[in-house]
Amino acid sequence: MLHLRSLSLLATLCLTLPVSAASAAQREPASGGVRAARAADSPVGVTDAGAMVRLPAGSYRPLYGRVGDPPTRVGAFRLDRDPVTRGDFLAFVRQHPSWRRSAVRPLFADRAAYLSNWAGDLDVGDAADARRPVTSVSWFAARAYCRAQGKRLPTVAEWEYVAAADASSRDAAREPLFVQHLVTLYSGRSRHTPEVATGAINAYGVRGLHDLVWEWVDDFNSVLVSDDSRAVGGRDHSLFCASGAIGAADPSNYPAFLRYAFRAGLTGATTVSALGFRCAA
Amino acid sequence: MTTSQLPFTIHVPLRRIGLGTVLAIGAILASATLAGCGAPVASAAERGESAVPTRALPEIVGEERAVLTVAPNVPPPITRTHATRVLVELETIEKTMTLADGVEYGFWTFGGNVPGNFIRVREGDLVEFTMTNHEHSVVPHNIDLHAVTGPGGGASATLTLPGGESVFTFRALNPGLYVYHCAVSPVPMHIANGMYGLILVEPKEGMTKVDREFYVMQSEFYAMPGGPGKPHTLDMEKGAAEQPTHVVFNGSVGSMTGDKAPQVRAGESVRLFVGNGGPNLSSSFHVIGEVFDNVYGEGGIDITQRNVQTTMIPAGGSTIVEFRAEVPGSLVLVDHAIFRAFNKGALGMITVTGDKNAEVFAQKKGITLSAH
Repeated sequence: MLHLRSLSLLATLCLTLPVSAASAAQREPASGGVRAARAADSPVGVTDAGAMVRLPAGSYRPLYGRVGDPPTRVGAFRLDRDPVTRGDFLAFVRQHPSWRRSAVRPLFADRAAYLSNWAGDLDVGDAADARRPVTSVSWFAARAYCRAQGKRLPTVAEWEYVAAADASSRDAAREPLFVQHLVTLYSGRSRHTPEVATGAINAYGVRGLHDLVWEWVDDFNSVLVSDDSRAVGGRDHSLFCASGAIGAADPSNYPAFLRYAFRAGLTGATTVSALGFRCAA
Repeated sequence: MTTSQLPFTIHVPLRRIGLGTVLAIGAILASATLAGCGAPVASAAERGESAVPTRALPEIVGEERAVLTVAPNVPPPITRTHATRVLVELETIEKTMTLADGVEYGFWTFGGNVPGNFIRVREGDLVEFTMTNHEHSVVPHNIDLHAVTGPGGGASATLTLPGGESVFTFRALNPGLYVYHCAVSPVPMHIANGMYGLILVEPKEGMTKVDREFYVMQSEFYAMPGGPGKPHTLDMEKGAAEQPTHVVFNGSVGSMTGDKAPQVRAGESVRLFVGNGGPNLSSSFHVIGEVFDNVYGEGGIDITQRNVQTTMIPAGGSTIVEFRAEVPGSLVLVDHAIFRAFNKGALGMITVTGDKNAEVFAQKKGITLSAH
């Protein structure tokens, strides 16, 4: 076991490319704040696509579970610092014509809505548009993109683990101020997706996780929130317990409820104008 | 002597009553009967009568599109005498509107207004409900209509992502005035942001005639500034503490005052369909300057009390009140938990125009405060 673990650690170290911006963000002191971290960044766009942040192994408390349950372990992984931009995705569809708007198979994306905010198959808009997160992409498309980069979509556990961090603390999921901040943020989300460089950087150095778009996760349908979120699952399985509050370890974690409810409505071919993604490895 | 003449009636579904309870009630009934008339008569329970009716489903004839209205307006009474297929289309829209002077709030709505559109169908109708969620919405929505008999009141069939659409059908089995609301997690946030409205299921016999009908819905808001250039949003702490910043009728402070006050003529009969969206507070609903001639308690179809000053409306509940506007002036709708009216906005008006009637009301001496 030890041997395997050190091997995987070695692999992680080797795979973690020395990306300056991400490292800089990570080196910022925890209390350094967003501004300091931003100052260390280079402009983001097509040019430094693929910048990744290394996440240490750790644990987090899933929304659904009993008080007293042990936290869920999350292994070390890497996560794109930014959501995938339209510019990034344009490069992908240039190389993979089957994922262009006019060519995508209906099984893999709702064709009427897929990339509907682009001006054409290979026209994402102006330079600023190219720096916005790509949205209106299906899970199939997001997966294909990540695979083409030698990456994958993050799991719910990985995503939520990183999402628990605010600007200065790695676990702020139960901090009332952070919870309120996210409720306000989600409620006031702009229909015009901001450029990724405007995203807030969290304590890990991951940017724009909450303030830009909703994001796909690989196993979006593994944790079911009932479509009627007050119903109580008849069987005793904490993950599938579908209630709004009963079965949830922390009924006041409204941001998490909002995210889980959003995922509950998804299918693999769904596209939403405020739903993008980033890749993990 | 029948059981309805007894000093009590039993409303508990019989299948939930244990044998012992049945025997005990039987004994009580028997003794009451014996004490009353001397001749033993079979009780309702002994005759096998069910406490709840079995509803026959009427034949569906034709199809029509429901007329939806924005508060304080109510769709016209239903005149048809048969059940039909009613198409209802409602879109969930998230939009910034004015909650009070200087307070722009990021509302979540059914139909673009708070409260949501008033829906009017007839007992026995087959309702085909289409819910769409505007593509610019941030979050998924659904609808739970309290008038629906079925899983989640429709919620389990209507989880709808931004840009999506859901359709389900239901039979309007029970007549009455019902609240509908969004039930997506976290439910309190959806309701606190404005997602509720009323659906009236008219009894198949129809409703008695009145001159004017209005739609009024009380609710409260927990508003906090959303930052520069952003609308106010839900204050989680105040919501959980049940300490609203605003308590309002029809979605905003002043929605039913001044120029926006509905007008009626003196002598007209008025029916108010009143709902309470909550999310937390019950309403002590009162109209200053009137007495409710009739109250249909909790939004049922029977007049439960006459000559009522203030009637209670629970969160997620409703009531129907009727009165005749006798004399000109302003009738003032309030939640008589009066700080809510005075400090937080729970105040609306109905302007009564027409000739004075000194036989009913006349000021004899003193300072005249209201000018009409």
